[in-house]
Amino acid sequence: MKPVAHPLVESKRSLTVLAIIGFVVLPIMYSMDVLTIGQINMIGRYMTFAILALGLDLLWGYVGILSLCQCTFFCLGAYAMGMHLAHHGGPEGIIDANGWKLPACLFVVYPYDIGESSGDALVPFFWKPFWNLPLTLLLGLLIPAICSFVLGYFVFRSRVRGVYFAILSQAIAVAGWLVFCRNDVKLCGTNGLTRFDIIAPAESLTTFHPEDAKDQWIASHDGDMAQDLNADGKLDQLDYSMAEVGFSLAEPTVQLSLYFITLLCLFGSFFLCKWIVNSRLGRVLIAIRDDEPTLNFFGYKPHQYKIFAFCIAAALAGLAGMLYIPQMKIITPSNMEAVRSVLVVVWVAVGGRGTLRGAILGALTVNLTYNYLTSEHDYGFFSWSPDYWPIFLGVAFVLVVLLLPNGLIEVVDRFKEKFGKNSNPNSIEKA
Amino acid sequence: MSSEVESGTIDPTLEQENLSLEKYRKFLPSEVQREIWSNKFLLFVENLSVSFDGFKAVDIPHFGIKHGELRVIIGPNGAGKTTFCDLVSGKTLPSSGKVYYDGKNISQMDESDIALMGIGRKFQTPTVFDSLSTYENLLLALPGNQHWKHNLLKRESSEEKNQILEILEKVNLSDCRDMPAKSLSHGQRQWLAISALIISKPKLLLVDEPAAGLTDLETERTADLLLELAEEHTLVVIEHDMDFVRRLGQKVTVLNEGKVLAEGSLEEMETNEEVMEAYLGR
Repeated sequence: MKPVAHPLVESKRSLTVLAIIGFVVLPIMYSMDVLTIGQINMIGRYMTFAILALGLDLLWGYVGILSLCQCTFFCLGAYAMGMHLAHHGGPEGIIDANGWKLPACLFVVYPYDIGESSGDALVPFFWKPFWNLPLTLLLGLLIPAICSFVLGYFVFRSRVRGVYFAILSQAIAVAGWLVFCRNDVKLCGTNGLTRFDIIAPAESLTTFHPEDAKDQWIASHDGDMAQDLNADGKLDQLDYSMAEVGFSLAEPTVQLSLYFITLLCLFGSFFLCKWIVNSRLGRVLIAIRDDEPTLNFFGYKPHQYKIFAFCIAAALAGLAGMLYIPQMKIITPSNMEAVRSVLVVVWVAVGGRGTLRGAILGALTVNLTYNYLTSEHDYGFFSWSPDYWPIFLGVAFVLVVLLLPNGLIEVVDRFKEKFGKNSNPNSIEKA
Repeated sequence: MSSEVESGTIDPTLEQENLSLEKYRKFLPSEVQREIWSNKFLLFVENLSVSFDGFKAVDIPHFGIKHGELRVIIGPNGAGKTTFCDLVSGKTLPSSGKVYYDGKNISQMDESDIALMGIGRKFQTPTVFDSLSTYENLLLALPGNQHWKHNLLKRESSEEKNQILEILEKVNLSDCRDMPAKSLSHGQRQWLAISALIISKPKLLLVDEPAAGLTDLETERTADLLLELAEEHTLVVIEHDMDFVRRLGQKVTVLNEGKVLAEGSLEEMETNEEVMEAYLGR
């Protein structure tokens, strides 16, 4: 019997390379002032895209479900985190009639009814759970997962498959975008959530209610501001946010920590996906991709597995969104536009569909190239204009599909096969 | 008027009707008689019919497969053989009528539930999962792990592993254990599909054209394999290849235009006027 490498085993070396670059090389470059904190921050953001791509790869590469609404789930997570940050941030402190802090970005677009005073603008009930950071983190994962479960339950159980599902998911992405654009939804409309200053983990752990923060603030100012309390005993238009204890997002150390947290989450997501793919369940997922109808006759119910994969992918997208927001400091509905979700598919296709490493490689490569090529470069004989980017992306996508059907990861594998010391010629490297 | 009937003067036409009703009840298993029938038959159908756009593909008033029987179904193209399998395995829902398996009505059930009850099916074209290895194909076919929850944490036990290796040995696929199924030859794929069927331990096997596209030697070995299986399982084999059917040497049912035309040994069928007519088409 020939010793054949298991086709599904992911190569460890490329991961080690990623870990060394992520944990050692980039931080050293930063400490030597080769990279600015802004660039570290940017790489951190692109790594959240890699988490998003991992989720889609699990769904598309292994189960064969082409989901064109991953960015909607990404934004559900992002808005969850955004609500937390907006709650605690903002230079202006506005307290609503119930004594709850009204986020500045919400105040700006708050749709008052005619005759209503600004004092009657209340914080909507669904904002309130996001005051608390642990609850926000939980909801940021659960909301996308629950949405995808409900969608998957009805869609997969009625055996909607292939291109029909892709169209449906695209429609859902458009619908989600339209909903989040509306001011009435009280998620700040097209302006999006802004004014993020701090993450307040300790604060939200000890005090759930913002009233306590208000008292603290008054105490810390020795009651000097007590005269600013209006007749109803409510604070209004007060620099209130400064009273809170938390990590300022403007601090380079906080940004660096966020980068490391993102990197850890990326590895966590990778190992989660890897574990799923290598488990027995992973075999069933691949079998669904190969021949779903036959699987029924073995007594499997493919929709259970598809819902499971869909929920995992959505939760990963939510996680990515939650990590993206503190590094981007703004979230608007433009991140939910249908084209964004299609771009995720492009990342995965360019990197290598059906390989977890490929998804990470694709997301990072495409986005770093995007970052480089959307600024002007003068090469002497030719000057690059940012306008050329869509053309470049289109050509790159076509070339990858034509020349490297397995994505860029194929180049990496071929290179490894040629120059790797203990490469196995028998190995069927396709996972 | 009703008192007259009760008092003794029985209407002769009514008596006739009762008698025929009695016959009808005996003939078609009602809910009560189902149990008696299911002692005799593992699978039986009553008034089973399905039509596609008005064309009646299958129309069988009654038909049964006894426990432990190997039944071969033959018939010309478009006779409804595969459609019959589809109806039993739940791929197609019947327009009317019922399918009983092991005493339970399965005519409206999902194909996965039917499979879990113990009906295994092999399709005309060998259906294997291309990207999975031979070993993994059989791993998925193992019974008892079909729910998603069971699959995430559980690994195959050594017992299950041995079972797979044993069956791979039996069908000469041991060497291709870790090869993806797409790199197997057609005959090997057929055997892999049959092995997957065997390892799932069904009570009833529906085998659709097991000899299609096989070499003579492979056909012989497939026939031997099926005969060996028939010792423990109930089998329904659909086949075109008469040599193969002769080799099996079992009771044959001839389907034509969705109806059961004749039943008996192959020799009887070959001399049957109606059957010859259906095949040659006069």
